[in-house]
Amino acid sequence: MTQTPTPTPASVQGPSGAPGLSEPTSNGVPRRSSLTQNTLPSWLWIVMLGGSVILGAALSALLGFNLATFFIFTAVIYVISSYIVTRTRVNRRRATDGLWTNLVYLAFLIALMPLVSVIWSVASVGIPGLMTPGFMVSDMQGITGLVDQASQTEGAPVLGGIAHALIGSLLITLAATAISVPIGLLASIYLVEYAKGGPLSRAITFFVDVMTGIPSIVAGLFAGAAMAWFLSVFSGVTGLLTTQRSTLGITAAIALSVLMVPVVVRTTEEMLRVVPNELREASYALGVRKWRTILKVVLPTAISGIASGVTLAIARVIGETAPILVTAGFVVNTNWNLFQGWMTALPVYIFRQFQNPTSPNFSDPSEQRAWAAALVLILIVMGLNLFARLIAKLFAPKQAGR
Amino acid sequence: MSKRVDVIDLNVYYGDFLAVEGINMSIDAQAVTAFIGPSGCGKTTFLRSLNRMHEVLPGARVKGQLLLDGEDIYDPGVDPVTVRTQVGMVFQRPNPFPTMTIRENVLAGYKLNGARLSKSESEEIVETSLRSANLWNEVKDRLDRPGSGLSGGQQQRLCIARTIAVKPDVILMDEPCSALDPISTLAIEDLIGELQQDYTVIIVTHNMQQAARVSQKTAFFNIAGTGKPGKLIEYSDTTAIFNTPQEKSTEDYVSGRFG
Repeated sequence: MTQTPTPTPASVQGPSGAPGLSEPTSNGVPRRSSLTQNTLPSWLWIVMLGGSVILGAALSALLGFNLATFFIFTAVIYVISSYIVTRTRVNRRRATDGLWTNLVYLAFLIALMPLVSVIWSVASVGIPGLMTPGFMVSDMQGITGLVDQASQTEGAPVLGGIAHALIGSLLITLAATAISVPIGLLASIYLVEYAKGGPLSRAITFFVDVMTGIPSIVAGLFAGAAMAWFLSVFSGVTGLLTTQRSTLGITAAIALSVLMVPVVVRTTEEMLRVVPNELREASYALGVRKWRTILKVVLPTAISGIASGVTLAIARVIGETAPILVTAGFVVNTNWNLFQGWMTALPVYIFRQFQNPTSPNFSDPSEQRAWAAALVLILIVMGLNLFARLIAKLFAPKQAGR
Repeated sequence: MSKRVDVIDLNVYYGDFLAVEGINMSIDAQAVTAFIGPSGCGKTTFLRSLNRMHEVLPGARVKGQLLLDGEDIYDPGVDPVTVRTQVGMVFQRPNPFPTMTIRENVLAGYKLNGARLSKSESEEIVETSLRSANLWNEVKDRLDRPGSGLSGGQQQRLCIARTIAVKPDVILMDEPCSALDPISTLAIEDLIGELQQDYTVIIVTHNMQQAARVSQKTAFFNIAGTGKPGKLIEYSDTTAIFNTPQEKSTEDYVSGRFG
């Protein structure tokens, strides 16, 4: 340790004690408390940050102002100057502490940038499309290249919407949830409550981990092949026709459930493991059988975590594009039937509108629809995340009430 | 309502490890029996084997006979769940079910087993159980509040109420007061004195004054060293254990010269 040999009062002081105490001394109160010497006034960092912003803006303006250089200059100036000031005015330990605190905040800001940027760009481009009347309730039936051409060249309103894609996403995701939640829940109950660390449970854990890493397109191809095989075995359809016939909403749901099951198993397993063993024992000691203990004590105690985990898993798969494209295809009309005909999901809709605009030469209306659909998708995912938090709160074991 | 317990040549294992060896004792009905001894000597392990809670742990097993009014609970044909409905247990740390209200906690033994109770029946069970647990007056106005909102001592009495609600014959208590303050401890000790009229009560305690206060008979367990099995050293009337112990190690332990 290469510290100053005699500890100054400031070096003994806790990190949180300084700001409030140092306020009066900076206002010129004559008698300084021995506890507050060697501390910086609490307003200093705001002043320094302000100074760094001005300096950063000036430096950036020299190079032709842009946001990136402005941010970089400001951050570097602030981090370095606050280190130097603390180092000279207080001591090295506080300076190092402050340096790392600043770096952590900086890393947080940088991590936040893509998120804010994505939301901002999607919202700013997508809102006009979203505000178009009928966007949420109409599908793309009857929207031809001529319609879009009229919109772009003659200023006619952009027609067409995402109703069919919303319904498709909703049905496919619901079906995927209905398939994967029972499987995932039962698998994790087996792992936590019944497995005794034997080869089977270790194999399940291993393969669940492997499944987590399966590329989503592989899941889509698997589901398509499985459904084609299933149809050829049970309805005798073979050849090229099977691929045609196996392109269904339910095939996409199977593909998504392949992606969802490992997530559900993992989160549910975690939640079941944190249920205190005392509760299980309390239930056994009352003469309750194991399956009833699991059903009535363990699951209700863990239900908030399980429900929010499932919601997050849904949020994770609702944005999948490739597996749905290869399994459910793409249509322009609304299809309510998972077991008959092709189906469009929201991400596939976005992909198609960008990749193959309805009118190849006049793509603006298609892009407007795609951005608006992307905004809707982000809003759905955000809503699901909020919903997960709400569930976690509502179902959480009752704590208060003393 | 209350049954006697006879233990014959009982060995308790964790996997291959022999934790408690060669227990022979007879526990009286309608009396309080205390188990004392240093930590790790197998008191709790033995207590948990009395209602087949021991075998819930992976690898745990028991050899020997344990007679509940003459019927061996370790007979191969016996369902452990049946045993546990007759031998209730109160744990060291209060563990009311966090998802349930006070009322539901008392009725847990019925509700979790799917029993259907009429409203008047359940009202009666809740009131008599909470009254016997000396908790009725404190909670009668908030039966629909969560059980986890009670204080530690109240939670423990709620757990006792939950245990006696299913009308067991024997009640096992594993250091029921070790997580509680002296006032709550006093409340539980008074309660144990009352429970004794209807039930066989077996209590593990580290507090020798408590053993002396509440029990009629006391069993002293000891262990020869780490890794050795725990054994029953002396079992006699509580006054005899504390005043005229026959074994040297018992005398050392109760007089505080050891352990």
